[in-house]
Amino acid sequence: MKVEQISIFIENKSGRLAEVARVLGEKGVNIRALSLADTSDFGILRLLVDNTDVAQKTLKENGFTVNKTEVVAVEVPDDPGGLFNILQVLDEAEVNVEYMYAFVERNAGNAVIIFRFDEVDNAIAVLNGKGVSILSGEKLYSL
Amino acid sequence: MIWNDEFETLPREALESLQTKRLQQVAERVYATVPFYKQQFDKAGVKPEKIKSLDDLRRLPFTLKQDMRDNYPYGLFAKPLDQIVRIHASSGTTGKPTVVGYTKRDIDNWTELMARSFTAAGANRGDILHNAYGYGLFTGGLGAHYGAEKIGASVIPMSGGNTKKQLMIMQDFGSTVLTCTPSYSLYLAEAAAEEGLDIRKFKLRIGILGAEPWSEKLRNEIEEKVGIKAIDIYGLSEILGPGVGIECIEAQSGLHIWEDHFIPEIIDPISGESLPDGEQGELVITTITKEGIPMIRYRTRDITRIIAEPCICGRTHRRLERMCGRSDDMLIIRGVNVYPSQIESVLMDIEGVEPHYMLIVDREGTLDTLEVQVEVNEQTFSDEIKVLQGLSRRIEKEIKDLLGISCRIRLVEPKTIARSEGKAQRVIDNRPKE
Repeated sequence: MKVEQISIFIENKSGRLAEVARVLGEKGVNIRALSLADTSDFGILRLLVDNTDVAQKTLKENGFTVNKTEVVAVEVPDDPGGLFNILQVLDEAEVNVEYMYAFVERNAGNAVIIFRFDEVDNAIAVLNGKGVSILSGEKLYSL
Repeated sequence: MIWNDEFETLPREALESLQTKRLQQVAERVYATVPFYKQQFDKAGVKPEKIKSLDDLRRLPFTLKQDMRDNYPYGLFAKPLDQIVRIHASSGTTGKPTVVGYTKRDIDNWTELMARSFTAAGANRGDILHNAYGYGLFTGGLGAHYGAEKIGASVIPMSGGNTKKQLMIMQDFGSTVLTCTPSYSLYLAEAAAEEGLDIRKFKLRIGILGAEPWSEKLRNEIEEKVGIKAIDIYGLSEILGPGVGIECIEAQSGLHIWEDHFIPEIIDPISGESLPDGEQGELVITTITKEGIPMIRYRTRDITRIIAEPCICGRTHRRLERMCGRSDDMLIIRGVNVYPSQIESVLMDIEGVEPHYMLIVDREGTLDTLEVQVEVNEQTFSDEIKVLQGLSRRIEKEIKDLLGISCRIRLVEPKTIARSEGKAQRVIDNRPKE
């Protein structure tokens, strides 16, 4: 169960991030989660949105370089040690995490952790094997 | 196909004896009619009658672009203005433009050389020739126009700019041959894609591209993206305009220079010494038929070498290797000579990297710095920082391997580097002027 994420190349220039937000806002695309990785020259903005296709198309039309990637959304109880349990599972199975970010669900009291893996299918198999709750795209976008 | 069999395949010996005769004539003519040349010859201590062979050419002094500026506008003309039927001028980005004048016979010769060039490039009657070189003071538009009419092609005098209209005309009129700068041909392909058009599906089959230095890699890219055979044409207004040299479609390797009208030499740009065929240096051209404004040993600033080996197309006129840059464009960065075309060739070698780049040269303290701006596109973009940094490092390393200087790569958003509709601007030099 993979979730589609879009990534956007952003030059380290004032106003670029705002431009992404403006373009998506005007198209009625809602951002569910985001993470920004930055270097001195550029950043990569990763977004989970409620409508990936519209977001990708709109951003492209506005001159942005956009990629779609598959990530895995894992739900854990929002308690101390919640993250550790998941990471331990992955570590024991020698699954490498490229990057991750997290947010907290509004009502259910759970945390959602977004993982980008090199070997996505293998990672999902490992998580499933340990009974970890993986969210589908539909579920995630509608949270 | 060869336009003028007799002259284009003249045996070397006959060609050289024709050159010698014409050289003697032009030397006498300029000595008698242009005070500047008389003064220069006298200063060098050489009389026109001393020119007995082609080797004696070396005894004549060079002519520089600055000499044209110093004699602005008509000082170097060898004919009175009542015999001049056309005047062109260079863009003159620094100071006054350089001005050239053509007699009726000069225009006829130019037309003949452009007809030879177009024919060598594979164009012929029946072609619809889309001429996107600028019409006006720039020689490109009219020079190509006359030659194209001469071969019987249907010329569309588009001139530069207005890219959307260019695409519409190209598609609707069924243009088969495109003449413009190499960078503009790529821009047209990009602009077409933005309009939802695939330029490769147009009827274009040949591009005759010049007026700026370009690399073999860029040629491959143009051939693929525009869907044409890309032929290199060489010229400069001081000598003639377009049509001084052309690649033949048979070999696409080196530009034949029309030696019954020009004598090419290669010199060391620093010492001014003549270099043998095959060695790289600055191209120097003497015009031996031009009447309006003959040029004696004009330093073109273009860097190339002469290929003396016979060509498979059967023409006996020697070839110039694709221009590697201009000695004017040459940047000296930390003491190393750098041509923008060298950096271009590195970029084009890397899969997916755009041919649009900008070099920013600056100085920090006493040290020169070079920043290369490269556009990220969907092919090179990744959602992982390490992949993009790997790309930067790879470009840095390959530039260092080739040129021996380190630089900084800045990845920029797509289409943020200005596209040119004429000559591409590749360098911004922010170093304080001495």
